[in-house]
Amino acid sequence: MKQFQQAGIVIFVISLLLFSVLPFIGSYKLEKETLAASVKTEHLGVMEEVLAPMVGQEFSSNFAFMGEFNRLFGGYNDAMKANQQWDKVIWDNYAFALTKASALGPVSQNPHFYLFITVVFGVVGALMYILPMYRGKPEGIKHDGIFFSSMKSKGLLGILTGTWLILFYIVLYWFPEYLTNLVLMVDPISMALSGNPASQWFLYGFVYTLAIIVMGIRMFRKYRGNAYQTIRTVSVMFFQLAFAFLLPEIMVLMNMPWHDFKNIWPLDYSFFYDYRIDGMVNAGALGMFMLIWGIILIVLGVPIFTYFFGKRWYCSWVCGCGGLAETLGDPYRQLSDKSVKAWKIERYLIHGVLVFAILMTGLTIANYFTEFALLGQATNQLHSIYGFAIGSAFAGVVGTGFYPLMGNRVWCRFGCPLAAYLGIVQRFKSRFRITTNGGQCISCGNCSTYCEMGIDVRWYAQRGQNIVRSSCVGCGVCSAVCPRGVLKLENADEEGRINEKPILIGNNSITLNA
Amino acid sequence: MNNRKIIIIGNGIAGITAARHIRKKDVGAEILVVSGESDHFFSRTALMYIYMGHMKYAHTKPYEDGFWEKNRINLKRAWVDTVDFQGKKVEYRDGGTDAYDVLILATGSKPNKFGWPGQDLQGVQGLYSLQDLERMEQNTKDIKKAVIVGGGLIGIEMAEMLASRKIEVTFLVREENFWDNVLPKEEAQLIGRHIREHHIDLRLGTELGEIIGDSSGRVKAVSTKSGEKIDCQFVGLTVGVSPNIEFLRNSELGTNRGILVNEFFQTNIPDVYAIGDCAEFKQAPAPDRRNIEQVWYTGRMHGETLAHNLTHSKAVPYKPGIWFNSAKFFDIEYQTYGTVPTALPADWDWFYWEDPKGKRCFRIVFGKSDKKIKGVNALGWRLRHAYFDKAIAEGWMMEKVLLHLQKANFDPEFFDSPHKDVLAAYNEQYGKSLQPALKSLFQNLFGTKV
Repeated sequence: MKQFQQAGIVIFVISLLLFSVLPFIGSYKLEKETLAASVKTEHLGVMEEVLAPMVGQEFSSNFAFMGEFNRLFGGYNDAMKANQQWDKVIWDNYAFALTKASALGPVSQNPHFYLFITVVFGVVGALMYILPMYRGKPEGIKHDGIFFSSMKSKGLLGILTGTWLILFYIVLYWFPEYLTNLVLMVDPISMALSGNPASQWFLYGFVYTLAIIVMGIRMFRKYRGNAYQTIRTVSVMFFQLAFAFLLPEIMVLMNMPWHDFKNIWPLDYSFFYDYRIDGMVNAGALGMFMLIWGIILIVLGVPIFTYFFGKRWYCSWVCGCGGLAETLGDPYRQLSDKSVKAWKIERYLIHGVLVFAILMTGLTIANYFTEFALLGQATNQLHSIYGFAIGSAFAGVVGTGFYPLMGNRVWCRFGCPLAAYLGIVQRFKSRFRITTNGGQCISCGNCSTYCEMGIDVRWYAQRGQNIVRSSCVGCGVCSAVCPRGVLKLENADEEGRINEKPILIGNNSITLNA
Repeated sequence: MNNRKIIIIGNGIAGITAARHIRKKDVGAEILVVSGESDHFFSRTALMYIYMGHMKYAHTKPYEDGFWEKNRINLKRAWVDTVDFQGKKVEYRDGGTDAYDVLILATGSKPNKFGWPGQDLQGVQGLYSLQDLERMEQNTKDIKKAVIVGGGLIGIEMAEMLASRKIEVTFLVREENFWDNVLPKEEAQLIGRHIREHHIDLRLGTELGEIIGDSSGRVKAVSTKSGEKIDCQFVGLTVGVSPNIEFLRNSELGTNRGILVNEFFQTNIPDVYAIGDCAEFKQAPAPDRRNIEQVWYTGRMHGETLAHNLTHSKAVPYKPGIWFNSAKFFDIEYQTYGTVPTALPADWDWFYWEDPKGKRCFRIVFGKSDKKIKGVNALGWRLRHAYFDKAIAEGWMMEKVLLHLQKANFDPEFFDSPHKDVLAAYNEQYGKSLQPALKSLFQNLFGTKV
């Protein structure tokens, strides 16, 4: 069985390498017809003229192709800017669309084959490794050797994995034109689902969903016998697959706007952007439902569900970011920083992002109703700053890329404005808490070590104090790893939830506040 | 009380708890904690997890390193050689002395050795201190086979540690069942089955004869009293611990097995106290307690109580409440509350339930005539401390305890709580028909008060 698992790893690594080099194979040739199909009519004349030197010429790599494109197109724009002819500058980004349409390589001719040898093989290899895990072993905590593992304790493998993820995110967000082969590869799936060719975001959603499902299966193996972990994992797998991946694509197939019904502002920071609002308002009854549903989730859904169940109802049961963190990120949960200093930074950062999101959205809505009479330009600039710094760099590059370096909840802990909102409700008005079981704590530190949010759970547990922290996402792992049965996540009466001065049971000499 | 100098020898749970609680009530005292073992307080109970790779040493420290300076608790890394009780000062092995006004001895334990032949060979050791762990790391490097002697908590921890490194373990237990001097037979057998499920070669009723070394002075085998020879490259001696007070013997300090104290933790010398594993009560603190208490929780309570006494004008005697304890045997958690004897006294009775799969069980002990609860044991089922502390202290009828067992359930949500099965088994065995009040699905989801 061990050889079988090792074979699985080998297959997985080979397909990952193929996935990583695939973007760089094949040649590129821009045809006149391609240009006509991909460029807006008002730009077509200029673009034909500007790109004329490269039309019909075959480039041996996407680097060469993009190099020439950037030289010609950038040269034109620079010249216009230098002459202060701002109305002639072309702000649209055609790089991705033109590169994808110009690809001549084998991938565009045979996408199924390449999908098979990269993604399908990768999944098979991963499952070959995962399914036999812990076979024949009794149910229980499977943490042996984690801190001896190069992958799981910031060794070379962990650093390599982090680097790969960071590079992937940088290319995905800012240089998607280099990923066109991968996007071409998933075109058939996108066509089947939504009737449209794939974008880089479809590729991302597809890989993201697969990661949650495959690593979710790993969770079933690792936490076998722990019903809370199993059910919770089923939940994040379901919400990702159905709500974030399939449903939006099917809606596009039915000529409705792409919409993720479980995404909530301010995590979904563009919800109130004018194009989103217009899109929903113009999409008939269902569009109106999207708008109203979205607002209900913000004003009623978050406070009511969080009152009864804590923020976990969203963060570790529904959310897509949470879903990835709890599955793909589970091997790295022990890497979160537990220091008081990190906690201080966390509070400034996450509430700072929340304030930013609220101000930006407020300005957007004000502008929307005043028809951009005031500060119209500022809104756009705020959007692009937020989109770049928070939406892409923080949530993506840092949030996921740093899994193997800073733990799996960097974004959720330090950046997510929705987590901040949920957290404020959880801290001040909720029935949720982690109850400490009297005086049974032995201060061993397993709970704190495996808290992905960097909460020093032991600090409270050893004082006999319930854990009521705004950041707790209720993943339940502290309770699972506790060797003395000290911690229990529960929803119960608000009375006695926060016990600032607990009394440790068992010493009748004195009543001592711990 | 101002500016008195308090020296605490030992930075384990007892000494550190005393230091923290003295500081809370006495801002002026100069507090110095001395330890030869480690720079900072760490959780001794977590040593096994370092070896198993679940945690690093740093994770076992309950307080950040800056905590001590912030709370003006001075730390000194040194072994104490002798205490000059007349001159009120401690003398360090590497030279230097510190004077005290108050001395608290919290020196903990050391592993027992019973004079077996070969017990000092290389590769033979107990497990108590950080240094023991470091030694074990070296002693078990690249070895194939180990033998553990002694069927208690440290023995089974060591077995789990070694098994996590794929080292074959033979576990010699003198008793008829694992830990059956504490656990009743059924619980002991349940654990025994689980030990074997983890491929540990558990040998019950087997005593160590001698430990055999090779020419280089390293262990190569052990022999049992029945004459069997077992090859191994490591021997774990886990036959209990005793107070670590060698450096205090032959002084005017009154000792027996431990440092003799009264219920105020006072030794025979004024201003000198002893707490934790190293203290021996002249009179057991309660009928169900031993004279030497060697548990994490009791160490903590000793520290709390002594700190109170040193910072209040009226000293209170140490009065432990309802007994509780817990452990984990590989994957099976154990919790106990109140008194559960291994054999029933004449006027006591008990009821035992075991899951058909044989991995969880529950035992309730009660008075034969008055039916009042005395204690419970549970394996594989987490129970609420507050519930049983109250039930036992107030002497609830055992049937009332069984009827409300759902409230005592402390397992995580969605776990299959056995409270109904326990009650059904009780009903069947005693021909009763007790029925608990059922909570609706709505109440389960949103709570009973909604």
